[in-house]
Amino acid sequence: MTKAKRNRLIYNIVTFALVIGAFLLLQSMIANKSITRSLKGQLVPICCWVVMAVSLNLVIGISGELSLGHAGFMSVGAYTGAVISGWLLNAHGVDNTTLRLVLAIVAGGMAAGVMGALIGIPVLRLRGDYLAIVTLAFGEIIRNLVNVLYVGVADGRLTFSFLNKSMPEGVTMLVDGAKGAVKIKPISTFTAGFVLILITLIVVLNLVNSRAGRAIKATRDNRIAAESMGVPVTKYKMMAFVTAAALAGMAGALYGLNSSTVVPTQFTFNQSINVLVFVVLGGLGNVLGSVISATLLTVLPEMLRAFSDYRMLVYAVVLILVMIFTNNPLIRSVLSSAVAPIKRALRGKKQGGETA
Amino acid sequence: MSQVKRRANVKMVPLQSDAIVPERDIDKAPVLEARHLGIEFGGLKAVDDFNLTIGRTEIAGLIGPNGAGKTTVFNLITKVYEPTMGAVLINGHDTKGLSIVQASKLGIARTFQNIRLFDQMTVEENVRIGLHNQIKYDMATGILRLPRYWKQEKRQHEKALELLHIFDMEKLADETAGSLPYGVQRRLEIVRALATNPSLLLLDEPAAGMNPHETEELMENIAKIRDQFQIAILLIEHDMSLVMGVCEGICVLNFGKVIAKGTADEIQANPVVIEAYLGKKKEAQA
Repeated sequence: MTKAKRNRLIYNIVTFALVIGAFLLLQSMIANKSITRSLKGQLVPICCWVVMAVSLNLVIGISGELSLGHAGFMSVGAYTGAVISGWLLNAHGVDNTTLRLVLAIVAGGMAAGVMGALIGIPVLRLRGDYLAIVTLAFGEIIRNLVNVLYVGVADGRLTFSFLNKSMPEGVTMLVDGAKGAVKIKPISTFTAGFVLILITLIVVLNLVNSRAGRAIKATRDNRIAAESMGVPVTKYKMMAFVTAAALAGMAGALYGLNSSTVVPTQFTFNQSINVLVFVVLGGLGNVLGSVISATLLTVLPEMLRAFSDYRMLVYAVVLILVMIFTNNPLIRSVLSSAVAPIKRALRGKKQGGETA
Repeated sequence: MSQVKRRANVKMVPLQSDAIVPERDIDKAPVLEARHLGIEFGGLKAVDDFNLTIGRTEIAGLIGPNGAGKTTVFNLITKVYEPTMGAVLINGHDTKGLSIVQASKLGIARTFQNIRLFDQMTVEENVRIGLHNQIKYDMATGILRLPRYWKQEKRQHEKALELLHIFDMEKLADETAGSLPYGVQRRLEIVRALATNPSLLLLDEPAAGMNPHETEELMENIAKIRDQFQIAILLIEHDMSLVMGVCEGICVLNFGKVIAKGTADEIQANPVVIEAYLGKKKEAQA
């Protein structure tokens, strides 16, 4: 096995071990009832934000395009999930919550994926920062659209409208304009969130270490060289973008079905920037880093509730500091020399193990 | 220089009106035909009425002073630019309106004057990008890790190492491409281009930044590559020892126009070429 291959394997094992370990630990804490109420309530949101961060990392870190509307895809997923779940319950009487949750998540992912494709087809053909501009606009457009969206179910049929008045008699409202998706039966579970994280990790990590993933990275490193080698750049940028959008939609569906209402203001530009902060703090292209930073930055504000007003301020400062420090050669060399002995020790152990 | 056999002494025979190819390629269809090729940038004719035919296994050189339009010719052949006049035929196919990717699939591969490697990827991954259209499997196979994934990955790995062996670079397979020394990066670009299984390899100043010893090695390698892969090579180079030593047909460009064509000996003796490089001899010194 080559050195690069071994490093990759170790990295993947550490990532999965960490996620699975954390899940088992939290499950045992739930069983022992030694978990605080606030943390228990945060478990599903943490899973959602981890999936959001990892999927955005696929766009920003791996394919090198800036997307500023990731919360928009999340909201598409959340609304689709809420509507599908409500429709299955009201129109078809599907009582099995697991089945409803799975179908809602799949539908949320597909809807967001289609949205991603619609945006990607025109924009990813261009060079430059157009994707950032368009996704920024997309997030706002989606928020304003769902603000006036009314969806109801009557006689087993879904009715869509942008006017409240046009709803038929005896309708059960699923999405009620600015009030958002209402009367959702919360069916999300921590286990579902955990499974979604695992799926996301498998998709992203396996994609990165495959022919398609290498093509995506090549388009990031040098577009013209990639084209000259016969790599269709737009296709692979689309692949990364649509995959990320679909994963964000799945996370959104899980997020939406975790509470009784979803309102448009939950998915603002600030939320997109929030996810961007997770990705940058965790390291561009570093999936494990995204998992850790998304978890910490979701838990910490809750623990530091007293200072929550200053959170966005601190975020901005921390983000700028991270960008300064990670680009400073002096600090980088100090950091890497600090890590080197650990790496050496690990390698030594490995080689010892192999020869023995 | 001494141990390198001069390959310039091949007899050149005319193919069309003014096209010449090595005698051994006369019965084979040419790899590249540029017919009256030209491009204008806002009224400036960067390349004008450029004609070139390259035989199936020819090593051709494109030389000329700085700014003569050599790299522009490369960009026209590889479809980075769409020509405003004339046509480029690759293996007999007209490339009008094709994209860079489609041109690559017709069998063109190139290196770049200012190296364009995938800096953050490893050496092996760089070569594997070259193999992108050679050893394939789709996205789902990759994510689900189906048996085909393992089989094709193994094939890619073996093929990549085999190609890296040309320049004895197997040991560098796991290094990050961006961290390699300049000369090695240039060689890696050639390997990556060869991985696309081209019929015509375009080398844009392959010897730039190399010392005389490395240049000599490169000359041997260029000849070796041609013999081993049976492909045509067109190179832009300022190092005349390399051009005269390895190129069979040479085309001289000045101000976007072809000023001379022929073998190394013919070019060296051509007064127009000497004038383009060194300037006009002063007439009557009264």
